[in-house]
Amino acid sequence: MLTESQQQIIQTIVDGKKHLPGGLLPMLHDIQDALGHIPAPALGLIAQELNLSRAEVHGVVTFYHFFRHEPAGKQVVQICRAEACQSMGADKLWEHACSRLNTQGGTTADGAVTLEPVYCLGLCSSSPAMVVDEQLHARVDTVKFDRLVAATGSVA
Amino acid sequence: MSIRIFVPRDSAALALGADQVAAALDVQARQRGLDIELVRNGSRGMFWLEPLVEVQTPAGRVAYGPVAPGDVQDLLDAQFQTGAAHRLCLGLTQALTYLRQQERLTFARMGVTDPLSLADYQAHEGFAGLRRALALSPSEIVQQVLDSGLRGRGGAAFPAGIKWKTVAAASSAQKYIVCNADEGDSGTYSDRMAMEGDPFMLIEGMTIAAVATGATQGYIYIRSEYPHAIATMREAIAKASAAGFSGSNILKSGKTFHLEVRKAAGAYVCGEETAMLESIEGKRGVVRAKPPIPALKGLFGQPSVINNVITFASVPIILARGAAYYTDYGVGRSSGTLPFQLTGNIKHGGLIEKAFGITLRQLLFDFGGGSASGRPIKAVQVGGPLGAYVPERYWDVPMDYEAYAAVGVTVGHGGIVVHDDTADLSRLARYAMEFCAIESCGKCTPCRIGSTRGVEVLDRIAAGNNNAKQVELLRDLCDTMLHGSLCALGSMTPNPVLSALNHYPQDFGLAVPVAEIA
Repeated sequence: MLTESQQQIIQTIVDGKKHLPGGLLPMLHDIQDALGHIPAPALGLIAQELNLSRAEVHGVVTFYHFFRHEPAGKQVVQICRAEACQSMGADKLWEHACSRLNTQGGTTADGAVTLEPVYCLGLCSSSPAMVVDEQLHARVDTVKFDRLVAATGSVA
Repeated sequence: MSIRIFVPRDSAALALGADQVAAALDVQARQRGLDIELVRNGSRGMFWLEPLVEVQTPAGRVAYGPVAPGDVQDLLDAQFQTGAAHRLCLGLTQALTYLRQQERLTFARMGVTDPLSLADYQAHEGFAGLRRALALSPSEIVQQVLDSGLRGRGGAAFPAGIKWKTVAAASSAQKYIVCNADEGDSGTYSDRMAMEGDPFMLIEGMTIAAVATGATQGYIYIRSEYPHAIATMREAIAKASAAGFSGSNILKSGKTFHLEVRKAAGAYVCGEETAMLESIEGKRGVVRAKPPIPALKGLFGQPSVINNVITFASVPIILARGAAYYTDYGVGRSSGTLPFQLTGNIKHGGLIEKAFGITLRQLLFDFGGGSASGRPIKAVQVGGPLGAYVPERYWDVPMDYEAYAAVGVTVGHGGIVVHDDTADLSRLARYAMEFCAIESCGKCTPCRIGSTRGVEVLDRIAAGNNNAKQVELLRDLCDTMLHGSLCALGSMTPNPVLSALNHYPQDFGLAVPVAEIA
């Protein structure tokens, strides 16, 4: 179930974007920006407004890695795992992050941190790279990781 | 008069603390009563020196780097604002060897100008190409692009002029210009740099394409991982339209071209042009079978020019200075320059714009200074995650499309990822297959199922199970993917896999052929 305010936010976004050619993606981006994820009950509403089946909308939302189906943790940490970062130790950095946060990726049990892989941030000449709450960081080693993530109080 | 100090706003500089450096400069200059003007320029592309701070002096711009926020006080104490000596001083920026040895045509303004200043852009030859284009007929513009020999810089290297000609000749009430800025390949960032550091150049290139083909609407499809590029492009479009360089009645010519940024959503396959079109149309990014070609039936079923960022960005200078100027650079059928992106395990990683014909060895050692780890370089992946791993015996082959194709390598978009001798090529081959499995759009069987089977076979090889037979199976599978896939994702994933297997058999627990040892 959507809360009344969620319903209102989604309706406003849908009304504003439904006349845009190919407006579904911009719509989904706006909903995620506003609510932090795309709530499942929103799919029916969007489908109805765009004259699509709910399955079609579901298909689009689930096709793209960027869209969240659940809210993220308080802090979002993304580590690049693509080739250029791998060549400079991204795999070790990922393992370190997993052990520090006690997760294999995803949101920690206490909801404090969401750890996600990302495939290229375009910082390949200063690898390894990561994102902490939308801030980019390059040449990250385990010490820098601890400093950045501990600084926000997520690591016990 | 205030002192002009340049602190880059490029993502890579930001990731290394450029904003904190700018803030420290601002605060401390004020405390000292210094009148400074902070210009947030793009990056020069020398990333081991970022954040690279420059100071305008009567002799030219003097560079200091890499500057940490903690260095600011020390720099000001040393009077760096007058270009004074300091341990971080690199001398005049334009005299730096890394820059001096380049041939910057497309990236000429990169790091020099304020990316969002229309005045700065025009003071550095900006919109000269568009003005020239508006004085020509559409077919004359197309002819310039054809004569320049410009080929798509996204990877497939198809001649841009032929696409433009096809769209120009198509009859339709609505045509589109679509810029593919879904730069998802590891080892590439030239699109990101261009959009963040010189966005008007892309707008100008796309507007010229619109004037040449009769398109009135354009889209720039930018990956969600590039929030700074998205924000910069949106701001630049608003500024260019308000000043009449795009939008309605372009430079009072009566021509119209509206431009919109569309944010992608993290699907690698949407870098493939037809999957991208589906995505802009609001659908899953599933690849379309060709024909029909997008030049005739593209976005919303209408004739569409689709090029990547660097292709469009290469057009303004071709129009401004003429096709012959551009073809003076390069070799054979690879004319002009390519922004090579030197990345991964490399000491001096950065962007090097050079005419085609340079060798990988020159890039790796003359520019790159060898590996970052100080260990021997073992394998170099060229052309993105779907490109081959290139062993040392090919490092002296001139980089042009045909010479590289002859040794089974694609130059692609010029992305170069360096690995030292600690790299395990069987692991990288497995990664390539796994990446394809995760990112396959699912439309065609060879890619969807082949990549999953590929991971399984590579795991069996790594476990040493009946290797000769498994290798045969892997080659057969790669052959099927190569010939049976609908798009480059499935058909090119065999490149990294087979090149790793062929050139580094020892990493797969296989014997090295006698010829290789000798």
